[in-house]
Amino acid sequence: MTGKIHVTTTINGDTVEFLADPRESLLDCLRDHVGLTGSKEGCGTGDCGACSVRLDGTLVCSCLVLGVEAEGKSVETIEGMAKDGELHPLQRKFIEHAALQCGFCTPGILVAAKALLEKNPDPTETEIRFWLAGNLCRCTGYDKIIRAVQDAAAEMRGAK
Amino acid sequence: MRYHTPQTFDEASRLAAAAPGVTRFLAGGTDVLVQLRAAMVLPDDLIDLKKIPGTGDITRTDDGGWRIGVAVPGARLGAHAGLKADWPGVVEGMELVGSTQVQGRATLTGNLCNGSPAADSVPGLVAAGATVEVTGPAGARLVAVADIPAGPGRTILTKGEVISAILLPPRGAGGGDAYLRFIPRTEMDIAVVGCAVSLTVAGGVITAARVALGAVAPTVRLVPDAAAALIGSSLDDAALKALAAAAEAACSPIDDKRGTVAFRTEVAGVLARRAAKIAYDRATGGLK
Repeated sequence: MTGKIHVTTTINGDTVEFLADPRESLLDCLRDHVGLTGSKEGCGTGDCGACSVRLDGTLVCSCLVLGVEAEGKSVETIEGMAKDGELHPLQRKFIEHAALQCGFCTPGILVAAKALLEKNPDPTETEIRFWLAGNLCRCTGYDKIIRAVQDAAAEMRGAK
Repeated sequence: MRYHTPQTFDEASRLAAAAPGVTRFLAGGTDVLVQLRAAMVLPDDLIDLKKIPGTGDITRTDDGGWRIGVAVPGARLGAHAGLKADWPGVVEGMELVGSTQVQGRATLTGNLCNGSPAADSVPGLVAAGATVEVTGPAGARLVAVADIPAGPGRTILTKGEVISAILLPPRGAGGGDAYLRFIPRTEMDIAVVGCAVSLTVAGGVITAARVALGAVAPTVRLVPDAAAALIGSSLDDAALKALAAAAEAACSPIDDKRGTVAFRTEVAGVLARRAAKIAYDRATGGLK
């Protein structure tokens, strides 16, 4: 059981296979073996949320998951968010509200916000801020991010 | 690093007992992966427990208590209505650990085995009188959660021993518990002081109590004098005053950037009083 381990997993609906050193994080595997570089490494210690993905539906930091743990699981990344060339409402609203500057934290925030809206389609500002507290942004001051999530939530509920 | 996925706890225990070098068990990984990345702990053998059947389950035991699998993350505890109704203080302690993302992975067992004196989920478990099932080379044994931590970053578990489940006792009628911590911001921080209180109340009078303090000693500490101050009272001002004094007397904290000895000691008394009030309200149906 030394050396590389063959991993078969589902990423954004597609079956994907890769060879992982057991010490490699899922984030490293996504970026370096699968070529999905949307998930970012900000800290590598689970503090910043830039590497957020869904693992069997649960929001996690992919830097705190080993690549070998993805065996037989389903992974959703930012690359699976737009469907058939159509941006997800959250992605559109982030552009409309200019809810990003450098953009490094944005993929993680979008993945996390999508998970929130699936669980709670009409969150309060406080609920959004608490849910996204594990996603650090050093540019925006968060306000535009919160407005964009609220606006996307309203559109997705059909409230506007 | 060799990565193992045993199918039973006996197999996990045998692997660990036979491993010649540094061994770590993997549940949620929110501490193990951070230590791995920082090169603080570089395991030769990493034993992933999540393929063992039952590690992701929360089940009601025959006696009316709960059995919580070692890989159940905080988010799942928080979503479990039955467990939360019985032991809201245990659940709220775990839910304070980290962000939404960390809650998707971090476990009670991991928080306990990481051995931090400030672990937010441990005082609630100690106040609840929780035990853990430990599987080792000599078979399985039950150990009180309060007895697991040996000091900062250390537990009493010996080579080849692994926690195979957390067991909460039956809540019974008139029970209520609560956990509070002090941090200098609103969330995502390490406790400067933590306090859990578990009470049983009959006819307005406290008949049983357990009080546990975190971050004020090398390990989470059960405080029998604080419990004694509450038993027989209806949480009147005199009982609350005696509770605070007993909690303060049990403190032997460190002085660091997050809190001085004097501050931590005073806050322990304040949190004990507040947590006791919440536990009492929950026990008497005022809050749930």
